[in-house]
Amino acid sequence: MNSIGEDCNELKKQYDACFNSWFSERFLKGHTDESACAPIFRVYQDCVKRAMREQKIELREIDTEYTTNSEYEKTGSSSGKQQSKS
Amino acid sequence: MVITASSYRTEAVFDYSWKNVVVAYWNRYPNPSSSHVLTEDTIQREVRDGKLYSRRLLSKTNPVPKWGSRFYNNVPVKIVEDSVLDPVAKTFTTFTRNLGMKKIMRVDEIVTYTEQNDGSTLAVRRAYISSQVFGFSRAIRAFGIERFKSNSNKASNGFDYVLRRMFPKSQSSVHHSASPAAGATGAFAAHQSELSVATTAAVPNHTSTIKSVARIGYDFMKCHASKIAQLFSVRN
Repeated sequence: MNSIGEDCNELKKQYDACFNSWFSERFLKGHTDESACAPIFRVYQDCVKRAMREQKIELREIDTEYTTNSEYEKTGSSSGKQQSKS
Repeated sequence: MVITASSYRTEAVFDYSWKNVVVAYWNRYPNPSSSHVLTEDTIQREVRDGKLYSRRLLSKTNPVPKWGSRFYNNVPVKIVEDSVLDPVAKTFTTFTRNLGMKKIMRVDEIVTYTEQNDGSTLAVRRAYISSQVFGFSRAIRAFGIERFKSNSNKASNGFDYVLRRMFPKSQSSVHHSASPAAGATGAFAAHQSELSVATTAAVPNHTSTIKSVARIGYDFMKCHASKIAQLFSVRN
């Protein structure tokens, strides 16, 4: 899969390969030390962030919160009734 | 301002272990159903409290025909996917939403992958659609939701393909149920996807002229709303 920055494709490929092996060989086996792919991730990030700036992709509106817990269940404002507990 | 959302819920069971599913997840693009996905990048990732937090940025092509570009920008759409993966509890939750065009339609999807007792993996997908288009919000939401309903059977085909290819020894199938009562406990009946939004909006019955104009507008909107909903969704 391509990166959003054409010139980041090679870095992305390298990072993905590193991550995939770390993820299945280390992380899923209980090792949470993530330093193995940190160097390549940093270089790849520099490239992607530059590409995002160039393409004026703003993440400001969502920023840094990880809201994976559904905000909807609290608000209850939906007209399609969802009664899901998770 | 109160923005109402319409929601839809589907389930899929993958005949693969949770571990296989999460390993395949990071490799699910490209797949035969993902031709609309252009790029995929990890833009944040860290381990916190033993859990893996990732943020990814996806871009998708816009299937809207040229004449539709008058109404919104005909550029690739960006989707942000946050996820939390807990390797101990064996849960993986993804939360995706579109960047931009949120006034027309905002599609938020939450998918939770959990391991079941029989070793398979249950994916529960919830989609929430809201729109701020004055006077049409209700219809746009309804049409957007329709898209989720009509496609629910092939919802995870692309991902299933990747699983089959990566883990060919396992049985290869995915079972879907848009009405989760099947194969689940009675408690699930309450979860059954409900759509309380009327799907017939803005069709006046005064004169035939108004009628036909309304019909054209209605079809136009229906077509676009369902395309946009598909565009903002990341099911494949």
